[in-house]
Amino acid sequence: MTPPEDESTGLPGLRSWRAVYLAVLGVFAAWVALLLLLTRMFS
Amino acid sequence: MNALDYLVLVGALLGIAVYGMWRTRHRDTLGSYLRGSGTAGWAAIGLSVMATQASAITFLSTPGQGYEYGLDFVQNYFGAPFALMLIAAVFLPILRRLGVFTAYEYLGRRFDGKTRLLGMSLFLLQRGLAAGITIYAPAIVLSALFGWRLDATIVLTGLLVVVYTVAGGSDAVTITQKYQMGIIFAGLLAAFAVLIRRLPAGVSASDALVVAGGFGRLHAVDFSLDVHRRYTFWSGLLGGFFLALSYFGTDQSQVQRYLAGASLKESRLGLMFNAVFKIPMQAFILLLGALVFAFYQFERPPIVFNPAAAAAAVGADSGKLQKLEADFSSIHAQKRLWIGRWLEARHSGDAAAEVAARSEALAQGRRADMVRTQVRSVLLRPGPAGAEANDADYVFIRFVIDHLPHGLVGLLVAMILAAAMSSKSAELNALGSVTTVDLYRNAVRPGADDAHCLAASRWFTALWGLAAIAFALFARLAENLIQAINILGSVFYGVMLGIFLVAFFLKPVRGTAVFWGAIGAQALVFALYAALTISYLWYNLIGCAACVGLSLAIQAGIGFGTREDRHA
Repeated sequence: MTPPEDESTGLPGLRSWRAVYLAVLGVFAAWVALLLLLTRMFS
Repeated sequence: MNALDYLVLVGALLGIAVYGMWRTRHRDTLGSYLRGSGTAGWAAIGLSVMATQASAITFLSTPGQGYEYGLDFVQNYFGAPFALMLIAAVFLPILRRLGVFTAYEYLGRRFDGKTRLLGMSLFLLQRGLAAGITIYAPAIVLSALFGWRLDATIVLTGLLVVVYTVAGGSDAVTITQKYQMGIIFAGLLAAFAVLIRRLPAGVSASDALVVAGGFGRLHAVDFSLDVHRRYTFWSGLLGGFFLALSYFGTDQSQVQRYLAGASLKESRLGLMFNAVFKIPMQAFILLLGALVFAFYQFERPPIVFNPAAAAAAVGADSGKLQKLEADFSSIHAQKRLWIGRWLEARHSGDAAAEVAARSEALAQGRRADMVRTQVRSVLLRPGPAGAEANDADYVFIRFVIDHLPHGLVGLLVAMILAAAMSSKSAELNALGSVTTVDLYRNAVRPGADDAHCLAASRWFTALWGLAAIAFALFARLAENLIQAINILGSVFYGVMLGIFLVAFFLKPVRGTAVFWGAIGAQALVFALYAALTISYLWYNLIGCAACVGLSLAIQAGIGFGTREDRHA
């Protein structure tokens, strides 16, 4: 068993891992929106 | 391919392998060999995880998917970010805290020895069988295109991977994958740039997108609840989540990649790198295929992209084929004419003329598809393993050979082989580690010291590598072997995920309950597989749910308070 590790994210502006996961969810939503835009514009 | 192409190809692949071996020449402890020296940052981990998943099939089949069906396959990856977040938040901290080498070692700590051996067996069976296909798939395509000897292609690429993976262990895999991903990104961008430049005068990238979209190739997101649709937002979110969770969370070839991070933070950020960039990367590869489709609306495409199949047109069929070829050419010329009118009307803002010309172009497209189907029914009879019959796998690489300048052809072939080698090295590294840690040191030689286990690990890695090469050489002779192995892989994943979900989330359940729950769930999956014809994604869900449910039921039968098993 190793000692508990540092829980910091090392990311400026995203100090907790919860904030990082929320940011990743936001990026996922943005990718889906972009793909949806591509679908609607050209299909 | 000319001398410049071979120089780029051999220089890139050999250069990366030699550099990886030189950088890892002092890996002489078991820990540094199996888990790396503990210095890998988030970028190295992120690229390593991405390179392990991206095999040669990714760069042969995926653009072919985009060409034939469009972007809808990207929805299969919509569940991946959620799975990667769950692994980063729950799985990873526990595995790192326990300091385990393999995921199945954790099962031994959490449950008992028999559950550890069950997890190990499922992995070795599934990954050990699939390892041969990783090098067989690109070898069969490249040998058909360049006239290379299939056996020589398999042996040379296979041995190169074995040498650097055996020499440098986990760090050699991580370091070479970083540069292999560099080759892959460079190849993708070069292909995209050439594709746009090769469009006819007066046809812009936007026009190409209009044509691809008009023919239904840019339909990327489908919110339909119809279960008969191949890919929808919902099936991608749910099915993709369970598939990604079982692959990234329980397959040692991935677990070993992110356990190599210098700290919890670096490993987590490496996983988040994939959560952010996996979807756009797959979308870009599919878009390349869709744009190749648009390109071939202006330039007559080969009816059959596999030149070996086209060359097989002999004897009685050749007269019929010549007539079909002539029909295809005249239909293509008509189609191109109507596409020109469609774009002209669009540029001048004449909506009525645009609709009329577009519908005529689509009608010609349907006629061309009918001719293509007739030709393919004559030429593409299923070959051994059915693998050669999939002409879509040849679309992208054939475009590369026919339309990219020398030098870039070598780069793109290097990209495909680098992708195969990056997956292969991670597989061998994992197979060697699991055989050493979970079988040899755990059950065969429990008292063996680290130096002995390090030597054993090198031998096991080499043996798995040679077995994969032998298997790939044999694969072309065995009917439908490849499909059988792909199916075999998918029927074990669900139960494996079930075992790990019980381990992480259902603390009262112990080893005996989960062991028999997993055996029962696997038997159920096999029975359903024999009785039903449903998508393999569903077996994943059923196997996982059955394993969790049966484990809970058996533990309830034994009693939740009993302490018959060791519990970590």
